Amino acid sequence: MRAIVQILGLFALWLIMSGIYKNLIIGFGAISAVLCVWIIWRLDLVKDRAIWQTFRIIAGTKYLFWLVVEIGKADWAVAKVILSKVMPNQQRLIGVPANQRTDLGKVLYANSITMTPGTVTVETESDHLIVHSLTDEAADMAALEDMGNRVCALERPEPMRRRDV
Amino acid sequence: MLTLIVDILTWACFIVGGFFLFIGSLGMVRLVDFWARLHAASIIDSAGIGLILVGMMLQGGFTLITAKLALIVLFLFITGPTASHAVANAAFMSGSRPHDLVEDVTSEGDKPNAKDDTKSDSKTKESTGSKTS
Repeated sequence: MRAIVQILGLFALWLIMSGIYKNLIIGFGAISAVLCVWIIWRLDLVKDRAIWQTFRIIAGTKYLFWLVVEIGKADWAVAKVILSKVMPNQQRLIGVPANQRTDLGKVLYANSITMTPGTVTVETESDHLIVHSLTDEAADMAALEDMGNRVCALERPEPMRRRDV
Repeated sequence: MLTLIVDILTWACFIVGGFFLFIGSLGMVRLVDFWARLHAASIIDSAGIGLILVGMMLQGGFTLITAKLALIVLFLFITGPTASHAVANAAFMSGSRPHDLVEDVTSEGDKPNAKDDTKSDSKTKESTGSKTS
């Protein structure tokens, strides 16, 4: 079932990217989609829970729009720093707690921090990230934690697992 | 009429996007060290490329080209930060630290090769103390 969804997803991606709708090309697309899915199943890269079971996708798109607004604000702040006469020397390496349970949540949080100008995730530990920040305003702990909580809210709660897993 | 509005919006996106690309490139030259320059690159990554691609999407209209451009934006949003994290992490692992750090969580204990250990030590203790309280 999930393999079929994966094949259809990859095939849709092919159709969007190719734009040439001849039988031969579409056939190549179908074959390569099937081949890719077969390879990832054979490599055992498939997680035992699908992405929509661990992650709220619709809330995720809402988060994406919120993130774009935040990035816009931070862009403006860093642009002002670049254009200012005196270069500020307020660089910090700070530890930011990352309470996300899933790998996807952690990646999303770390990537969101890096995406926002003024902060770059430098190192990931199991329960916190080391973040380099350019200015005092960028190192605002409350804002970073707010972002972290928003990412946490995107994760679905863990269902009751079997003991032996 | 509608095309005029779309054209104006496209121009606005291109001009603002170009402005941010310029700022980012200027920042690459002006900022103090490697770590600060990384942030200038992330301006180009987000605002510059994003706005210019949005402008292109406006010109594309509801066509396959727009769908492709949207996918490009999506993939850049995933790969851009990953690439800058890889660069930053490589520098961090090789022991490079920004100069004149105000605060450094890594200077205590586990990473002995941090450059500014002695200089920022007292300040670090203060700030970590206030954080836990």
